[in-house]
This record gives sequence, C-alpha cells and structure tokens, in this order.
Amino acid sequence: MLYYLIKRLISTIPVLIGISLLLFFMLRMLPGDPAQVLAGQMATPEEIENIRHQLGLDRPIYEQYVVYMSHLVRFDLGRSARTQNPVTVEIWARLPNTILLAVVAITLACLFGIPAGIISAVRPYSWIDYLVTLFALFGISMPVFWLGLMLVVVFAVILKWLPAGGTGSWQHVILPSFTLAAFVVAFIARMTRSTMLETLSQDFTTTARSKGLTEKVVVVKHALKNALIPIITVVGLQFGSLLAGAVLTETVFAWPGLGRLLYDSISARDYPMIQGVILIFGLLYIFVNLVVDFIYAFVDPRIRYD
Amino acid sequence: MTEIKEDNVCQSGERVTENRFGRIWAKLKRNKVALVGGVLILVYVLSALFAPVLFPGSPSAPNLMKSLESPTLKDPLGTDELGRSILGRIIYGSRISLIIALGVVFVGIIFGIPLGLISGYYGGKIDFGIQRITDTMLAFPGFLLALALVSVLGVGIKNTVISIGISMVPLYIRLVRGCVLSVREEDYVEAARAVGTRDVIILSRHILPNVMVPITVQTSLSMGTAILFAAGLGFLGIGVQPPTPEWGAMLGSARSYLFHAPHVATFPGVAIFLAVLSFNLLGDGLRDALDPRFKI
Repeated sequence: MLYYLIKRLISTIPVLIGISLLLFFMLRMLPGDPAQVLAGQMATPEEIENIRHQLGLDRPIYEQYVVYMSHLVRFDLGRSARTQNPVTVEIWARLPNTILLAVVAITLACLFGIPAGIISAVRPYSWIDYLVTLFALFGISMPVFWLGLMLVVVFAVILKWLPAGGTGSWQHVILPSFTLAAFVVAFIARMTRSTMLETLSQDFTTTARSKGLTEKVVVVKHALKNALIPIITVVGLQFGSLLAGAVLTETVFAWPGLGRLLYDSISARDYPMIQGVILIFGLLYIFVNLVVDFIYAFVDPRIRYD
Repeated sequence: MTEIKEDNVCQSGERVTENRFGRIWAKLKRNKVALVGGVLILVYVLSALFAPVLFPGSPSAPNLMKSLESPTLKDPLGTDELGRSILGRIIYGSRISLIIALGVVFVGIIFGIPLGLISGYYGGKIDFGIQRITDTMLAFPGFLLALALVSVLGVGIKNTVISIGISMVPLYIRLVRGCVLSVREEDYVEAARAVGTRDVIILSRHILPNVMVPITVQTSLSMGTAILFAAGLGFLGIGVQPPTPEWGAMLGSARSYLFHAPHVATFPGVAIFLAVLSFNLLGDGLRDALDPRFKI
C-alpha cells in the first residue's frame, strides 16, 4: 500500500515538470520583453532591469529555466504587476473562498446526483428515468455563467430572497454554489445511472435477490458499493470542471476567489498573477486526483497495487 | 467536458463498410432524441446561412432611441443597451458560434489524429513523449487551458479558435491512440505489413477507417463544448470582441442591465444552451447507435 502511494506520488513528477515548462514557455511566447511583461506597463526602467537580473533573462534559456524552477520550488512566484503584492500572498488570501465554493458545490452535486442516478437506474425507462436523463442533459449543456445570471434574476431581482453577489454570510454562498454544482450534478447522475445499470444486471445482484434480500439491501449494499469506484473517479475529475467553472461563476457573483482573481489578472495583463493562479489550479487538480486514487485503495479491496 | 470512452466504440477488427454506416444511420433515425438534436443543428445552420435574409440590415448598427426595449412584435426578443435587435444578433451570432466550433474541431482533428495515430502505431519513445505532453495538457481542465492560451495569444475569433482547438487536441490524441492500440495487432494490419505496405498507407487505409466512427461522436460532442467555451471566453471579455454579435459577449454586456432589463441576458443564453444541447443530443444518439451498452 505504502509502495503504491509512493509510486503514485512519483508518477505526478513528469506532469509537474510539464506544467512548469508550459508556464515557463507561456511567458516567453508573448511578443516583447518578458521582463517588461512581468513588471507591467507602469514599471520604471530600474524595476524592469531588476526583474531581468532576478530571473536571469540575460542568460541562456536553460539557465533561465533553472532560475525559474528554483523560484518555483520555493513558491516564489514574483510580484503582481497590478498590485505589486507578492503573488503567493494574494493567492493564499483567495484560496479559502474558492475551496469553500468548490466543497459546497461538490457536496451538493453528490447529494443530488448520486440519488438521482440510483433512482434512474432502479427504474430504467420509467418517467422518472427520462426526467433525470433530461435534466442531466440540460445540466451539461447549460452555460454556467448564464445559469448564474438567471438565478440572480429570479432569486435576487424578482423574489429578493438572496443577495446578487459578494460575500459575508451563508446566504452569499447559496447561488454561486448551486450554479457551480449544476454541471457536476448532471455528470454524476449520468455516471451513477450507467454504472448502477451495469452492476444491477450482474450475477451477484441476481444471487442477492434470489437469496431473498430486500430490494433496498440489493441496491445499496450490493450494487451501489460496486458502482462506487467509477462514481468517485467522476467526482474527482469533475473537480477540474469546478475550477474552470469557478472563473465564470466567481465573475458573475463577484466572489473573491481564485477564479475572479484570474479574470481580473487576465483583464489587466498581470502575467505573474496569471501564471501563479494557473499553477495553483493545476496543482489543486493533480492533488484531488491523487486523493481520489488513494480513496480507491480503501473503497475497493480488490485493487492490488504492485 | 464530455469525453467518450474509446474501447467501447472502437470496433476492433471490424472494417468499416458502407453497410455498417447504413446500420448506424438506421439506428440513428429511430433515436428520436438524436433526431431532435439533428433538427436543431439544422435550424442553426440554416439561420447562419440565411442570416441576411432572415434579418436584413446590420446586427451591429446602434439605435439609441430603442435602447433596452422589452420584446415587441417588431423585435420579438427586445433590444439591447444600444437599441440593437437581440433576435438579429442571435441569428448572426449563430454564424460566429458555428464558425468557431468548426474551426476548433478542425484544429483538434488536424493535430490530434496524426499524433494519436503515430503515438499508438509506433509506440516506444515517440508514444512516451506524446503521452507525457498529453498528460500535462489534461492536467488542466480544458477551459482553463484555453483561458491560459488566450491570455497569451490575445482576443479575437482566430485566437479563440486556436486556444480552444489546442485544448481539444489531447482528447483526440487519447481517443485515436486507444483505437489504434486495439486494432494494431489485427490480422489485416499484420498482413498489410507483411506484404511491405508503407506505414503511411497502413495508417491511412487500414487503421484510420476504424477510428472514424468514434471520432465522429467525439466531434459532435466537441462542437458543443467549443460553443460553450467560446461563449465563456466571450462572456469574460477575452474572446470575440464587440460589436461582433457573439452570444457569450452579448451576455457579458447584458450583466450590467440585469436589474432593469433581464430579457437582454435571457435570450442569448437560451441560444447557447440549445446549440450545445443539440450537439450533445446528436453525440449521445450517435454513441447509442454505435454501442447501445454504453449509455451515460
């Protein structure tokens, strides 16, 4: 088990190197002087020269990458061209807000998506199955930012029940997290339905039924337990959609998270911050999928890691 | 993003024949949901083609006297902040969205298919290299990758297509590679190799036809995703720029008038939703027609 965990951790190294290369070349693909780009439009020649020296931009490209990596492993991501604050400080300040939104959204998605998928699979081709399937299709086709706008129109403008945006109380969390959850609910419901349909037609469920077990026990203890692995995988993978959706959702609801920070940084062409946020998003995504892989080991004793 | 599972749809060993396409078409015709998707797509295509007939005049010409009017008989979907017909802009917007979607899948296919074929067929170091690049690209959610690329390349239709297109490439590579691996060792490929057929011919005549069906499904789903991503970039103000009538950008500017004129934000969203839905319906239908066991 420990061997597997270590092996799985090591397997992320090529991807991490890939991400660092991607971000490294992203800046160098830009037209013009990277030092000028990093310093921002308002920088003085001294500041630009300072950054050039700090990042080793006057040295060969492989040396530049070494310098860049030495900064990266120390989590020194430079200063924001917009606010002049260290990038890491701003990211740490915003990270909890995005995590909060993502966790509430994924919880909502599981609470609605998994039961919907189970009901759908238990009664295939019934009206409730068609309803769930239809809603799931709607969910994955819905532009998340439009859903957010429409929820604002209904619950903030017309009904005046909830705030249209901002932060400060639990009411502020409701609309953005529901908006963010919609797509993931749909995906989880579809995946739960298809895997449950598969496990419900397996021999072991027939055996369970023929033993005289109640349908509830068959569905929950036998079928659902075996369908959990693909469902957990989808939840992990959908975390990525949540991060992408966070940029749009946080923009709609003026939610002070990483997504909003990325949007503001792109608008202001604040490249150190863009690099930083994208790096954190990549790391978060890798981390969540790592955790998902570890959960497998606990959920499914059949999995042997050699 | 919707991604298809290659091993379920790659028909290992079975050559694609006209007969097989006939069977798929027959199944597809029976699938009412897919038909609805197909008809909706046709409506979008026709409105894109005949936009000047359906809506004479410029969709971008402002008329401030009619600013933010509610739906009327003359302007069935109302007007925006500059007094422009929302219906007219949605009709012209279908051109932009379809062009972007086609461009995106073109970029995805033109890079993804050859790289996937090479990666799967040759294996070894080439495969390892291509797969590590694919892993890295898939380490970012597609929309974030497109966002990162567009922040470097800049705004506009061309850069929107390139950015989203590149984010689609790894999906095609994975799909094609998976299919190639499943047919690479088939007898007819072995036979072709034994008689000295060149690799290019084996790849294009013997392997590629087996990959075409899953690619068709993925392309339908990717068109929907591309429309969604492009609208997202437009909404954030870093995709297609005003005054070009792009659905996402229309929603972006409608945000400021949400309290006074919610209709401005309603209809472009419906247009995006139905367009994405129709491609997803068709994609799902195609997949069901190919393999009824695989239905998510």
